[in-house]
Amino acid sequence: MEVTEKIAVEHGLKKDEYKKICDLLKRVPNITELAIFSAMWNEHCSYKSSRKHLKKLHTKGKHVIQGPGENAGVIDIGDDDAIVFKIESHNHPSFIEPYQGAATGVGGIMRDVFTMGARPIANLNSIHFGSPQHKKTKNLLRGVVKGIGGYGNCIGVPTVAGQTSFDESYNGNILVNAMTLGLVNKNKIFYSKAAGVDKPVIYVGSKTGRDGIHGASMASATFDDEIEEKKPTVQVGDPFTEKLLLEACLELMAGNSIIAIQDMGAAGLTSSSVEMASKGKLGIELNLNKVPCREEKMTPYEIMLSESQERMLIVLENGKEEHAKKIFDKWNLDFAVIGKTTNTKKIDLLFDNKNVASIPIDFLAEDAPIYDRKWKKTKLPQKLKFDKQQFKSLNLSDCLNKILSSPNVSDKKWIWDQYDHTVMGDTIQKPGGDAGVVRVHGTTKAVAASVDASATYCFSHPLTGGKQIVCESWRNLISVGAKPIAITNCLNFGNPEKEKNMGEFVECVEGIAEACKYLDFPVVSGNVSFYNETKDKGIKPTPAIGGVGLIKDYQKMITMDFKKSGNIVYVIGKTEGHLDQSIFARNILLEKKGPPPSINLFNEKNIGETILNLIDKNLIQTCHDVSTGGILTAVSKMCIKGQKGLKINSFKELVNKHEYFFGEDQGRYIIEIENTNIKKVNDLLKKNSVHFDNLGVIQDKNLSFNGEMNLPIEELTKTHKYWLKNYMEN
Amino acid sequence: MKSSVIIFPGSNCDRDMDVALKKFGFKNQMVWHNDNSIPKSDLIVLPGGFSYGDYLRCGSIASKSKVIKSVIDFVNSGGLVLGICNGFQILTETGLLPGILQQNKYLNFICKNVFVKVKDKKNKYFKDIKKDILELHIAHNEGNYFCSNDEMKSLEDNNQIAVTYCNKNGDEGDENNPNGAIKNIAGIFNNKKNVLGMMPHPERMIDKYLSGEDGSLFFENLLRNLN
Repeated sequence: MEVTEKIAVEHGLKKDEYKKICDLLKRVPNITELAIFSAMWNEHCSYKSSRKHLKKLHTKGKHVIQGPGENAGVIDIGDDDAIVFKIESHNHPSFIEPYQGAATGVGGIMRDVFTMGARPIANLNSIHFGSPQHKKTKNLLRGVVKGIGGYGNCIGVPTVAGQTSFDESYNGNILVNAMTLGLVNKNKIFYSKAAGVDKPVIYVGSKTGRDGIHGASMASATFDDEIEEKKPTVQVGDPFTEKLLLEACLELMAGNSIIAIQDMGAAGLTSSSVEMASKGKLGIELNLNKVPCREEKMTPYEIMLSESQERMLIVLENGKEEHAKKIFDKWNLDFAVIGKTTNTKKIDLLFDNKNVASIPIDFLAEDAPIYDRKWKKTKLPQKLKFDKQQFKSLNLSDCLNKILSSPNVSDKKWIWDQYDHTVMGDTIQKPGGDAGVVRVHGTTKAVAASVDASATYCFSHPLTGGKQIVCESWRNLISVGAKPIAITNCLNFGNPEKEKNMGEFVECVEGIAEACKYLDFPVVSGNVSFYNETKDKGIKPTPAIGGVGLIKDYQKMITMDFKKSGNIVYVIGKTEGHLDQSIFARNILLEKKGPPPSINLFNEKNIGETILNLIDKNLIQTCHDVSTGGILTAVSKMCIKGQKGLKINSFKELVNKHEYFFGEDQGRYIIEIENTNIKKVNDLLKKNSVHFDNLGVIQDKNLSFNGEMNLPIEELTKTHKYWLKNYMEN
Repeated sequence: MKSSVIIFPGSNCDRDMDVALKKFGFKNQMVWHNDNSIPKSDLIVLPGGFSYGDYLRCGSIASKSKVIKSVIDFVNSGGLVLGICNGFQILTETGLLPGILQQNKYLNFICKNVFVKVKDKKNKYFKDIKKDILELHIAHNEGNYFCSNDEMKSLEDNNQIAVTYCNKNGDEGDENNPNGAIKNIAGIFNNKKNVLGMMPHPERMIDKYLSGEDGSLFFENLLRNLN
């Protein structure tokens, strides 16, 4: 087939990009070469719109062993132990085919982690759906949850935390972000950089089929009415094969056979071979007749673009082929020597004894286009003046019940009951808390992980939203007693060719960068997902932050459930009563304007460190951060979890109680203190100049305030618990 | 006491079981499904997981593994075989235990703590166990036990029902049945009571930082009865 500009455009390339290809090659590419360019130059693989701005992120720190640019980030947690982690999106495929899309998202991120030599120890996910009333939402949610569970449960890695939200901006583009943490000895980490000439290139895992062809370019385009036709571009997952691949790779990694290893993810064999060669400044030669194929008569074009799952490419030391083959035979996996490294700095593909593609590696990687896209700044919206007279008619109990049973606040147990969260025997904090916590097997240490996104804030003011989401992650880790170490981010946005969307991206990244730097909470890995847009309607900017923290002595971990009647409850951090963009304003006052709550990084850091200090000294029993829904929502959840009540003190006339209870000011926590520790806690808080309010005292059965609210915990539990279950089962 | 945990391709609770057995004093070894023989053992465990991806039918491909012949010989010679979750499914597929495990009634995977009632103590697994109601953990998609009327009659006549789902007070009944299993059955014995298959995972409940500690009671008791 003769390649033309039209064919190039059909492959997702822009006209000027095609011209650049012809200029670089000084000829017209053949169809296989065009396919390779289109795969490497699409947004998903090349980060061409985002790269300029991603450089602003804070990526270094004393715990960082590997920052962005590898299969996943790596942090040092002491004693030669390291945690490998990353989050990745699988949004487009999950909307087209929710089960397989979500399943292969989980499979892909786990491969990124064990490619580096780490055994996966925890999975998390951040999933976002359209309005509950939208006709597709229920089935998409059901399919995604089943897909995540179907894959993770089978592999035997616990899913320990997650986040689910509903917003009409996801009606046409759901978000499915999957995160995995793995444990590795820091001296046995594997990288994707090839080294040495004439080293055998090995293909292992599943056979190559025709599934997933054009997956990466599909993920780099917006959706239209013909979305159903894109089903064949979604990959099909086989978690059983992945489990075998995991065990086989870890077995091979125990020896000294591997020079470089890379999983075949987006753009399959193309991107894995090009990336390994590019990082090693080498060439690579592959004989495509040797690639194990599942279907007959596959062409070089199809083999290079297939996104069949559960495959790896390995550059092996010479003479280790037999040793490696034995391991893969034991696990019943395909194993083939398909090529070698060369010194040509080109990728050369042979098929039926002919050279079917020859492209300098630099053209595909270094020379890939980079765009400095135009973007528009979002002005900080004006703060609203709420008419406090109208609050008088709003009964506190009614407001609270409405919030607790709202889709975004209600209990998500229906979801996480379907995820195996206890396999591996080290889960010490299950889903439903502030962060999931797993022990580092055989040690006194534990790692905490949480994933957060707040699209509402980011949409209102991206710069503040970007900062806020990093702080929320930081708070969630602190709330379980973990020292925040580093984050991974999944940047989900609309079409970057639109100035508004690009502006949202740029400013969210700037916000993330600023908060990470101030809190010394570096970004070590991540992923950008643009073009989350259907028929011109894009999603709200939704950067998802996956935070990881370390607990040195897991016996000091704490939880959010109230423990003992008679104990005192404090609100830590100052409450101004910021209602704009709060769930109270949006769901009860039906007011969607106004700025998000502002972020004070100095306070954030000071308060966070103080809380950690209190936990370390065993001075507090319980901790939970205050987020969506404010103080009253936070304490309700703590009551429900512990099946305890709380008697809230009456307070000064000056404060408006609706603002106080439902305001979403940042940098706040709720803590529970034994009476005997009150003085020590007060002293420490005062010494660190941390503001606190004595909120009340834990009681047996009711959440009560001043005679105007008296809610039995049993009822509160029902209100919170059943929205999702009823929604899904009716 | 010596134990062996068999690893099938797709087993994923093999390490957890190894950790639990060793914690309570077993000398445990791992055995690969393709091995022709099993080292001398007092207990053989078929662990949980997704052997062969649960393809075809849970446990069915594993029941044809090379090692299964040795397991059957071991059972016939009176040896103790414990199958947890997928291990239970493999035991029904090999015919060492009657009945089948179907998909959960509500068609979802379920991962949560449950209570089970110990129905028979005249066996090596539960003799002298300190509690009659244990809090254990389930994590499965196909745990809905079913058998024919004849099989049920023989299970009941021989006291082969080992544990049933209940609430913390020991009440059985539909609302305490997580997966729709007939008569709330969570685990059964063979007629000699040397083979026990059960869906709950005692190995996930072995210290106070986990979901609970009743798994410890199970292992401590088993070891004591074997000594």
